[in-house]
Amino acid sequence: MGLLKDGIESIKNRNGALHVMILPAVILLILFNYIPLFGLVIAFQKYNVFRGVTGSDWIGLDNFRFILAFPDIYQVMWNTFYIAMMKIVAGLIVPIVFALLLNEVRNALFKRSIQTIVYFPHFLSWVLLGGILIDILSPSSGLVNQFLAIFGIGPVFFLGDDTVFPYVLVATDTWKDFGFGTIIYLAALTNIDQTQYEAALIDGAGRWKQTLYVTLPGMMPVIILMMTLSLGNVLNAGFDQIFNLYSPIVYKTGDIIDTLVYRTGLIDRQYGPAAAIGFFKSVLSFALIVASYKLADKYANYRIF
Amino acid sequence: MLEYKSWSRKLFLWCNVIFLTGAAFICILPIINVLAVSFSSSQYASANAVSLWPKGFTWSAYEFVANKPEFIRSFLIAVKVTVIGTLINLLLALPSAYVLSRSEQKFRWRTVYVWFFVFTMLFNGGLIPTYLTVKEVGLLNHFLALILPGAVQVFSVILLMNFFRNLPKEIDEASLVDGAGHWTNLLVIYAPLAKPALATITLLAIVGHWNNWFSGIIYLNHPGDYPLQSYLQTVIIKPDLSLISSNDIGLLSTVNERTSKAAQIFLATLPILLVYPFFQNYFMKGLVMGSVKG
Repeated sequence: MGLLKDGIESIKNRNGALHVMILPAVILLILFNYIPLFGLVIAFQKYNVFRGVTGSDWIGLDNFRFILAFPDIYQVMWNTFYIAMMKIVAGLIVPIVFALLLNEVRNALFKRSIQTIVYFPHFLSWVLLGGILIDILSPSSGLVNQFLAIFGIGPVFFLGDDTVFPYVLVATDTWKDFGFGTIIYLAALTNIDQTQYEAALIDGAGRWKQTLYVTLPGMMPVIILMMTLSLGNVLNAGFDQIFNLYSPIVYKTGDIIDTLVYRTGLIDRQYGPAAAIGFFKSVLSFALIVASYKLADKYANYRIF
Repeated sequence: MLEYKSWSRKLFLWCNVIFLTGAAFICILPIINVLAVSFSSSQYASANAVSLWPKGFTWSAYEFVANKPEFIRSFLIAVKVTVIGTLINLLLALPSAYVLSRSEQKFRWRTVYVWFFVFTMLFNGGLIPTYLTVKEVGLLNHFLALILPGAVQVFSVILLMNFFRNLPKEIDEASLVDGAGHWTNLLVIYAPLAKPALATITLLAIVGHWNNWFSGIIYLNHPGDYPLQSYLQTVIIKPDLSLISSNDIGLLSTVNERTSKAAQIFLATLPILLVYPFFQNYFMKGLVMGSVKG
């Protein structure tokens, strides 16, 4: 008993080192993550760059009223939601289907190679991909339109036609990132107990029925997990991508909350209103992320720590 | 186990392989196209005659780019930011993950610290407040503005923390018995063991820094200070006028805006292409580790 107490005492004294170890990271987080949180008050101020946060006047909800009077604010919010939802749905279906198809292949080398190749676009920045896509999707000289011309389909202004633009965003984003999901779903697939397949086979199930009744249910936990984790992302329709692909002609269907914040805040320097939009988005995102983590915990037993 | 395959099954398998190969091909097709255009001469490029293979093979687009001081300078800045940034990320992540991986019984502050870190993933001030903070700290126009705000990668810290927590408890007991303090424990025992997880984190950091174009654009006012992707953002997404000002007529006959852009894009992709095969092994393992339990 005395030994135990001695042991505990000595452990207590060791822990000073732990606080020292984590101090630099804590300082940086306070500086660049927690202090900006106070900056959210800018949303309620008539922010003056020279007077700073402490010197600027308080104007209550005026910034929010100003934003809500923007001619396109509701269109922007709808665009954000619509594009994000499509990306989430596509981002769920395509990798799952691809993983299922890839799973049917016996050759391990082929499987590995395909996975490696389809994962690659994920590592390119949207600046590079934007440059490539602007070239490939060009109505006059792009590869895609040349290909479509073979079938007699007229040149499509992928990046200049606002009826097509949102779908181009979703398609290219899915193309870039489906490799990521494929790896995760494939890993989940290989974790499914093989004896279940044999049991199904004995019961007379063909491959398709096996997929329906063994594979998909076996993947459900991971699918639900990915679904709920992406819930927190509903308002992030992809600033990186859209910024590099959009232009004023497609603002109507392509402008999202983040691009509006960027233009209002950093280009027009209307810091107050931009902070207000950002504040609104942060609060909503926070609620969604907390909800999704609670859901993930409840239905898929998943906690990050 | 030999299984009898019906002809419909065989047909499906063959179609499947063709489809999967096609899908993979579509994933690298754009890169191949860019590579081909970059090595083609301008007449063929503007005539849209280039798809997968260069026509009128010429190095001149690359010669032109190699003589562009802005490209070279931004490339070197990107290398500098990537190396220093990744180093800082690792130096911060390793001790932090070690601290966060301690058990609550022995270290009661652990829960507080974990929440402190995780909260930053859930809620942040947004673009404007962060920008203004960087401004107030005086980091505008300094290359550290590209590194310090994101220096603590919480996702990586948590990945590493989970890795540490999955190690056997006997390790801690053994080092306690040997009289090792936390620093020794971290540096001598945990750090070497963490190699797979560290490889994943390193790759994430390298790719993140290399691809980061937005920080350069908002925090740096002189385009001469831009790292590669920020410079490319201003050049590729908008028309590049520097070609017109070139004095070399011979160069102009084989290079045009399209081939020079293609060369620049390919050169920017090259480091990732080189690093990817080595790290993707660890990366895929790390991804699986973090997502599927058990």
